[in-house]
Amino acid sequence: MSEDRAMEGGGTAAPAAPIPSQVMPRRAWGDLFFRGLTGFTALFLLLVLIAIGVALWREGWDAFRTFGFGFLWSTSWNPVTNQYGALIFIFGTLVSSLLAMLMAVPVSFGIAFFISELAPHWLRQPISSAIELLAGIPSIIFGMWGLLVFAPVFGNLEPWINDHLGKIPGIGRLFQGPPMGIGMLATGIVLGIMIIPFISAIMRDVFLSTPIVLKESAYALGGTTWEVMRHVILPFTRSAVVGGIFLGLGRALGETMAVTFVIGNTDILSASLLMPGNSIAAVLANEFTEATTHLYKSSLLALGFILFVVSFLVLVLAKLLLWRMEKRIGGGVL
Amino acid sequence: MQIRKTSQLLIAAVALTISPFALAGTTITGAGSTWVYPLISKWAATYAKETGAQINYQAIGSGGGIAQIKSGTVAFGASDMPLKPEELHADHLIQFPTAIAGEDLVVNLPGIKPGQLILSGPVVARIYLGEIKKWNDPAIQALNKGLKLPDMAITVVHRSDGSGTTFTFANYLSKINKTWAEKVGANTSIAWPTGVGGKGNAGVAAYVQRIRGSIGYVEYAYILENHMNYARMFNREGKLLSPSLKGFQAAASHVNFVTAKDFYVILTDQPGATSWPISGCTWEILRVNAPKETNTEVTTFFNWGFEHGQQLAESIGYGPLPENAVTAIKAYWKEKLGI
Repeated sequence: MSEDRAMEGGGTAAPAAPIPSQVMPRRAWGDLFFRGLTGFTALFLLLVLIAIGVALWREGWDAFRTFGFGFLWSTSWNPVTNQYGALIFIFGTLVSSLLAMLMAVPVSFGIAFFISELAPHWLRQPISSAIELLAGIPSIIFGMWGLLVFAPVFGNLEPWINDHLGKIPGIGRLFQGPPMGIGMLATGIVLGIMIIPFISAIMRDVFLSTPIVLKESAYALGGTTWEVMRHVILPFTRSAVVGGIFLGLGRALGETMAVTFVIGNTDILSASLLMPGNSIAAVLANEFTEATTHLYKSSLLALGFILFVVSFLVLVLAKLLLWRMEKRIGGGVL
Repeated sequence: MQIRKTSQLLIAAVALTISPFALAGTTITGAGSTWVYPLISKWAATYAKETGAQINYQAIGSGGGIAQIKSGTVAFGASDMPLKPEELHADHLIQFPTAIAGEDLVVNLPGIKPGQLILSGPVVARIYLGEIKKWNDPAIQALNKGLKLPDMAITVVHRSDGSGTTFTFANYLSKINKTWAEKVGANTSIAWPTGVGGKGNAGVAAYVQRIRGSIGYVEYAYILENHMNYARMFNREGKLLSPSLKGFQAAASHVNFVTAKDFYVILTDQPGATSWPISGCTWEILRVNAPKETNTEVTTFFNWGFEHGQQLAESIGYGPLPENAVTAIKAYWKEKLGI
């Protein structure tokens, strides 16, 4: 950028005699300063990220050193005997987030599709505002709502789930458990509701950003609303859509309070989605204050590091996915 | 480590600057147990009125309290689990008890009123081990001859956060049941064989109130306040009791506060016809090397609590220490701190 400027400056200045020294340098200084300032803010973010990673790694080092790689797949978490393993929490974090995505992505797509393409004009603003309002609700409110309102209702539904879905051969095992109203599935649903606003707000914005020319051309060719969405809007916005989805996933992975309230906080690995479990963020919130031994605290911070890595891997995966999509379509649209 | 210390100092500095009372008189800082928080805040309010000294107590959990006193950022730490004398010695700390309390089991069983259900230590241990799975199990039915117990699955509820309440409960079960002692043990957090975890007394209470057939343990003060469906228990001598301050104090009267090194006493499963089986205690921890004025301020406050705050304590469900324990604490202060 500044090189261009310099060249440009050089170009205009060349015919004339040596430049009056005040004008150009002052402009260059301002540019340089601004560039440095913005560069610093960007670099600062990177530094914070690295610092967090390093700090977690260092504090968790004792746990990694003591338990080795076994820390990753051990299911024992016992503060009395000082034995720690992360598998239950990694499993719980991934499963609850996956359930949340299964629920949130289709619903968010529906919301965004409706607002951007189908809704009458007067309805768009109220729904959009509702989404933004929902996004602003603190997660602990979702947790309390989940425990006090949703769980009792869901608990009444669970015998039905046991009797019907639980009878299906194969996947039936996923739906058998005591009707407590809390557990992995309940957590997935509450998390799903929590992240819907984030995903749908991004999807709506990018759907609306599709150039009208494109859409109208497609309609002029006789496309239905769905065809326009499928073949024009989605390809045009796919990177932002995927980005939005992964932003939601990132939130679900790290969500703490809402999960703590409804997941059941049980350190037992269970195949059933109706059984209680635990997640990395939840166990951190629950046990950090009373972690008395050094190894205990170190293990909790090691869990934090694992969550950090998992989130990072998810992001990398998103980028890879996007990259492959671009490649397949061949350079992408526009 | 250095960074953490600096940041703690920074936080403390900011807290001091923005505290409107920082200039008005002395401020005593403390941190730790959430369990003792209601008592300290009640005492602090009256104490401030009488003496002008402010108590700034942060209920960050016993583990946090121990860490803070070790690093010297607070004047006293509070823990619901006593530190072993060796550990105190190694870190130049001292500890003394403040108040007595107890806990009980609460249940959600249709048709059963508070105090109707009868439980015993061995049965509770087997329920929490997951060995007894149904409410109409012969072992429970045998204790409750007159009650019709439903054919309902038992859902065990425990604390998900580390807690002194859990320590006391697990310590009791360790004394009652060999399998528990070997497989589970006692700590502020333990590896539960079964059940779901609720955060805090409120979380356990919420689960018990919402899950039919559930059982959980909560502090007595919490049962009182929320009129929960508590169970009666058989104590060590086979006497059937309802939880009460008298029961907790009876348990405390059977341990020897005077001879116990650094007041390392556990009040669970004490002898005596009226001793409540799941009784507990809360401790304050001080640094021997702290400035003498700081330690004096702290001991003056707790001394005031022992002498003038007992009625206040009883009104919110904490039992006062036995007379001889208070005397022993004062001698302990003199010996260890020269106060």
